[in-house]
Amino acid sequence: MLAVEADRVWKYFGDYPALRGADLAVEPGSCLALLGRNGAGKTTFLRILANLSRPTKGDVKIFGDASRGAEARRKVGYLGHGIGVYDDLSAFENLLLFGELAGVQSPAKAAMEALERVGLARVKDGMAREFSRGMRQRLAVARAFLHKPEILLLDEPFTSLDDKAIAVLQSLLQDALRGGATIVMSTHQIREAMELATHVALLERGQIVHTGPRAQEMLNDPGWLYRTYGAQT
Amino acid sequence: MSGLQAAWAIARKDLRTELRTKESINAAASFALVILVLFSFAFDLGREELYAISGGLLWLVYSFAGALIVNRGFAREVPNDCLDVLLASPAPSWALFLGKSVSAFCLLVIVEAISLPVFGLFYNIRWTQNVGPLVLVILLATWGITVVGTAFSAVTVNVRLRELMLPVLLYPVLIPLLIGAMGTTTALFGGEALTGDNAAPLKLLVGFDAIYTALSLYLIEYVLIV
Amino acid sequence: MREKATYLLAILAAVVMIGNLHTVFTQLPDEAMQGAVYRIIFIHVPAAINADIFFTIALVTAILFLATKNFVYDSITVSCVEVGAMLTFLNLVTGSIWGRNQWGVWWAWDLRMTGQLMCFLLYMGYLLVRPAIAEPTQRATMSSIISIFAYADIPLVLMAIRLPNVRTQHPGPVLETGTLAPEFRGPFAIGILAMFLISSALVLVRLHQESAQREIDSLRRELHAR
Repeated sequence: MLAVEADRVWKYFGDYPALRGADLAVEPGSCLALLGRNGAGKTTFLRILANLSRPTKGDVKIFGDASRGAEARRKVGYLGHGIGVYDDLSAFENLLLFGELAGVQSPAKAAMEALERVGLARVKDGMAREFSRGMRQRLAVARAFLHKPEILLLDEPFTSLDDKAIAVLQSLLQDALRGGATIVMSTHQIREAMELATHVALLERGQIVHTGPRAQEMLNDPGWLYRTYGAQT
Repeated sequence: MSGLQAAWAIARKDLRTELRTKESINAAASFALVILVLFSFAFDLGREELYAISGGLLWLVYSFAGALIVNRGFAREVPNDCLDVLLASPAPSWALFLGKSVSAFCLLVIVEAISLPVFGLFYNIRWTQNVGPLVLVILLATWGITVVGTAFSAVTVNVRLRELMLPVLLYPVLIPLLIGAMGTTTALFGGEALTGDNAAPLKLLVGFDAIYTALSLYLIEYVLIV
Repeated sequence: MREKATYLLAILAAVVMIGNLHTVFTQLPDEAMQGAVYRIIFIHVPAAINADIFFTIALVTAILFLATKNFVYDSITVSCVEVGAMLTFLNLVTGSIWGRNQWGVWWAWDLRMTGQLMCFLLYMGYLLVRPAIAEPTQRATMSSIISIFAYADIPLVLMAIRLPNVRTQHPGPVLETGTLAPEFRGPFAIGILAMFLISSALVLVRLHQESAQREIDSLRRELHAR
């Protein structure tokens, strides 16, 4: 069974189609880098996969279940542009809340474990607003991984992170992959993404124009994919 | 995790952050007091006339305070894109809405409980003589204000000038609810019993609450996930 | 083709309206009690009836938009709400003129007029908030929700203004009882039809503008996406 399956997904903003029948199939255990230029529809597509937006046509399945259902969403961890934590709650309270919402067995224990993994256990009672930018980002990463999701949806994960947060995120992602999780990340920073990616998909003007295993050429030549498969130059 | 548990978790979260920062509750309570003081200058009334408008006065104060409280509702989720994370979680949209309505309800009830004795004091109104029925009317109408207010706070969350737009939407819809609450509250302040003509508005309040609670719970998914 | 249909409808509406006014002003006798001013009901009442019709259409198309995400329904909703609000305003103005003549005051808080005023305010909320939402899908979705919430309020408004303990000087509804004299019935029915035709022509014009606007918006986006 496919981990993520998008079937001819269309999304209109008014009369403008941001997605024009995008198809995607992600095998369990793979790490897919969703590449494309700004405005190609990466964020729109990822938001639909994460149930933050409703496709106009077409449908999305997570392990065979409709992506809108609670069953599918329990398996998904999402890290978007915003950090998605509350400034007026402590680090621990933040994770406790999301643990409860995600239906984790013992939310307090899961929250502590997650804090330790990102190196914030020492400041667990500190308010998120008092944290430095890097600490907030690590808290966001801890939040996304809290319920041990089988699928991780990451929107431009490396864009705004500092070095330490990138290292934490990379190691968490590698552990998750070893544990059999599936990752879909949108990015235009090809170099960082290629350290993890097993597969790539290229989104252009709302359509997936290429999907396949990561090619060796891409490691040294970020423009290769666009030149080979892109319709535009 | 059932939807109700998720709703409860959201309500606790909202109440905890609000009681910690006291952003909207302080603003709403002090606003209510200022309005109460202002009214005493707006009207120069004898005892009889004062009783005749007492229910109206109280509900104007409560609905103004209510707009301030519900304004924060979904706006609280805007910084850091917290709403996205809530929507990506397994918690259903209606549970998010219910949790937010419950927390707004609790906050408004707190503000009302603070301003009611002050109102009685300033205007020499003996509200304690009918306190049971009064509480019933206040709770029913307050739920109506907060459920519609929270729904509109979701509708306006991505709107320019949302603090202005929310009252524009909210007050016209609240008119029937407030008409019902005002009449009955006036009667209760006058020492009348909650029977006959005075009980008729209760049906309206219950109907209003039922219609808008059901509509909001059903439609909120369309509002939050566009 | 569509433009031609709109013109034809407008011409037809004008002919029916002018013909009917001719009948009303030259053929019908003065009313026994009110004299000449009663003729305003051939505008006043058709405006109210047609407002109800167009608000109801707006409700149906709002629901259809949420169900299908087809923007044509949203365009119909906004066109009908605008025309409905205009008709309600016409109803209020003509009612006020009639009231001035008959009761000596421009505004008397009579039940029907009060209800109409509240409807007007409800849909003003829709018309004010709509332009504040920039993204077309958001705008259409939120306006549809507002239209549903506004419509659900109408029965509650009607219930509230009839509550037995509402203590204001509201007189009972005018023309609640009594029937139209037989010779008035024909012009009255044609008046409703004329108003419906005019309003429909206006809705068609607005629909045309809406679809042109959507096309412009999408071309803009297309341009920016390049």
